Amino acid sequence: MTPVPTSSQDSTVPGGGQAPHGAVTTAAGTPAGVPAGGRRTTAATMDEDMHDDSSAWAAPGPTAVDHRVSGHAQPPAPAVSLRASGASRVADTIFKGVSGATGVLILVVLAAVAGFLVLRAWPALTASPDELAKISWMNGQSLLEYVGPLVFGTLLSAILALGLAVPLSLGIALFITHYAPRRAAQALGYVIDLLAAIPSVVYGLWGALWLAPVLDPIFRWLSDTLGFIPLFAGYTAPARNVLAAATVLAVMIIPIITAVSREVFFQTPVLHEEAALALGATRWETIRMAVLPFGRSGLVSASMLGLGRALGETMAVLMILSPGYLFSFFLLKPGQHQSIAANIAAKFPEASGLSVSVLIATGLALFVITLAVNMVARWIIARRAEFSGAN
Amino acid sequence: MPVATAPASSALTLTGNRLPRWAPWASVAGSALVAWGVLVLTGEHTATTVAALTALLHAVALTSVSRYVEGPRRATDRLATTLVTVAFLLALVPLVSLLWTVVSRGAVLFSGTFLTTDMVGVFGDMTSGGVAHAIVGTLMVTLTATLISVPIGLLTAIYLVEYGRGPLAKGITFFVDVMTGIPSIVAGLFAFALFTLLMGPAYRSGLMGAVALAVLMTPVVIRSVEEMLRLVPNELREASYALGVPKWLTILKVVLRTSVAGIVTGVMLAIARVIGETAPLLITVGMITRTNWDVFEGRMATLPVFAYSQYQQGGVGVDRAWAAALTLILIVMLLNLVARGISRAFRPKTGR
Repeated sequence: MTPVPTSSQDSTVPGGGQAPHGAVTTAAGTPAGVPAGGRRTTAATMDEDMHDDSSAWAAPGPTAVDHRVSGHAQPPAPAVSLRASGASRVADTIFKGVSGATGVLILVVLAAVAGFLVLRAWPALTASPDELAKISWMNGQSLLEYVGPLVFGTLLSAILALGLAVPLSLGIALFITHYAPRRAAQALGYVIDLLAAIPSVVYGLWGALWLAPVLDPIFRWLSDTLGFIPLFAGYTAPARNVLAAATVLAVMIIPIITAVSREVFFQTPVLHEEAALALGATRWETIRMAVLPFGRSGLVSASMLGLGRALGETMAVLMILSPGYLFSFFLLKPGQHQSIAANIAAKFPEASGLSVSVLIATGLALFVITLAVNMVARWIIARRAEFSGAN
Repeated sequence: MPVATAPASSALTLTGNRLPRWAPWASVAGSALVAWGVLVLTGEHTATTVAALTALLHAVALTSVSRYVEGPRRATDRLATTLVTVAFLLALVPLVSLLWTVVSRGAVLFSGTFLTTDMVGVFGDMTSGGVAHAIVGTLMVTLTATLISVPIGLLTAIYLVEYGRGPLAKGITFFVDVMTGIPSIVAGLFAFALFTLLMGPAYRSGLMGAVALAVLMTPVVIRSVEEMLRLVPNELREASYALGVPKWLTILKVVLRTSVAGIVTGVMLAIARVIGETAPLLITVGMITRTNWDVFEGRMATLPVFAYSQYQQGGVGVDRAWAAALTLILIVMLLNLVARGISRAFRPKTGR
């Protein structure tokens, strides 16, 4: 191969020994060899270009072989860098160091979030029952007794929201990917993304002032016809119960779940779908046999992301739910539940001293719960990435 | 399978009996008519009940007819189509009503003076007053958050894409993902804990809110920038190395230059995401009635918190809350549009 620099220069390429060099020759040799019949007849200049090309491939040594820029920080072009190598190597090290340090900073920030929360929550965690009893809204409970119903309310509202949102999101994602015309699908995708950007306080306003009156007759009907089940018993207007809050939460997380599952469904190998269609499957059978099995873990992780969002959502719950602190399964009764986030936002402006620490301790509980949910979601995604055969 | 009383030519067709293309539409129309008729007779015809009954009748009618004519497999297919479409239409209801309510109720107080006055000396049932101070606050806080999170996000993304190999990069990727899930109120608590420890318990400032927003914004920025950097073809980097350009200069002049459109778009969308955050600002920045230009000292009014506190007041406050919500949505939409425009304008000229 002519394009490879002289052997003396080649030896200056760090890590560019003989073995990778040989690999380059074969890699670069293929494009030059294959079109021999077709292209060489077109123009001689083409051939020149080829060689230039292969020189670009050969020069960086190992980087060209594994098509990724490998971890070497050194300037990989030997011929030119002989002049500027000293200064640029220093600049390179600095640049790499700075960007690496910023990456570590992210870890530090995350640790700091946990650390400062623990630090400020510590007085509450170690306070005696007498001290805690002085906080009027604790009602003489211990910290654990206080956090318990809040955790329950948070989980209940988030899981209800998830139950409402997942089937709908699945429907929307399937509609966009497999039922709507391609042009419309793009526009719909944009609209869904836009919906995800609407501020939560607007959802709260909408839920409290528009949705609650709309839900009122539905809840009344539900309570009248299914009231014999304790779950739906005892509805009293206005609709400021946990199911109404969960409905708004569902509307808020639908865009997130839809966006992720839409991406997953779009990635379904076309060959799988076409194979199913060629075997005479109907559209639904194609979806059931090719699309859903492929997208199942993606759908699960999308739901987990939605769950994480619903767990931490403050404003919608704060503005809609009339709060209570009970372990209660009466979904339609007001004054039974409260979520951690909404409780903090409601109490924080007036809190001081130890009560701030109590609220921060509840925030710590929320942090741990969402962290666990997100880690599980990421773990599922990572596992899927390893096993999916799509590329 | 019902044997069709078919014309002679049907012996040659490869497909079984099919319903005509207009069958679903006819089923919808018929169901709507029947539903409306029944509900008028029972005296319960509202838009919601008619729509619900129509969907139910349509699903039952179309599926059973299709089952009789086309067989069970096609019937299931039609049922699935109906369900998916209904799910989609159902999801459109909140979207449309949300936008419609915000625009129609927001328009009551929304005006030029609403955007240019603050709330000093406004009390009781007065309909005057506006959000100028809140707009200033929102922009200042968001700008500060952007100034904090964009350099960090950009450099981290560069590290992950261009340098990062091994356990550190894997760990950072994982924890960035985890960080996207931090609840906004926890970010607010973090900023509160940090600043009250450093500056004393009564300290409130725009910077505090900006730090909380930056915690929420940085992972979003990292994610989108990372995606954009990965889109840059490796051939460009390799060509640059082949010309003897050192790696850091390649990143600055080739990689970033190629992906600047995507990066700016990603940053704009990240801004749009955090500009409406309410909870962290509620507990860090607080609320005042006049304009505060100093990010480092004193409470600031912000649009989301303004909307919330006005809603809490009730009365005229509710109208003001809607108008503030409209302002906020307009800003978010504007950011989205600008992001799209920028991505179009900065897009490197490709092709020969």
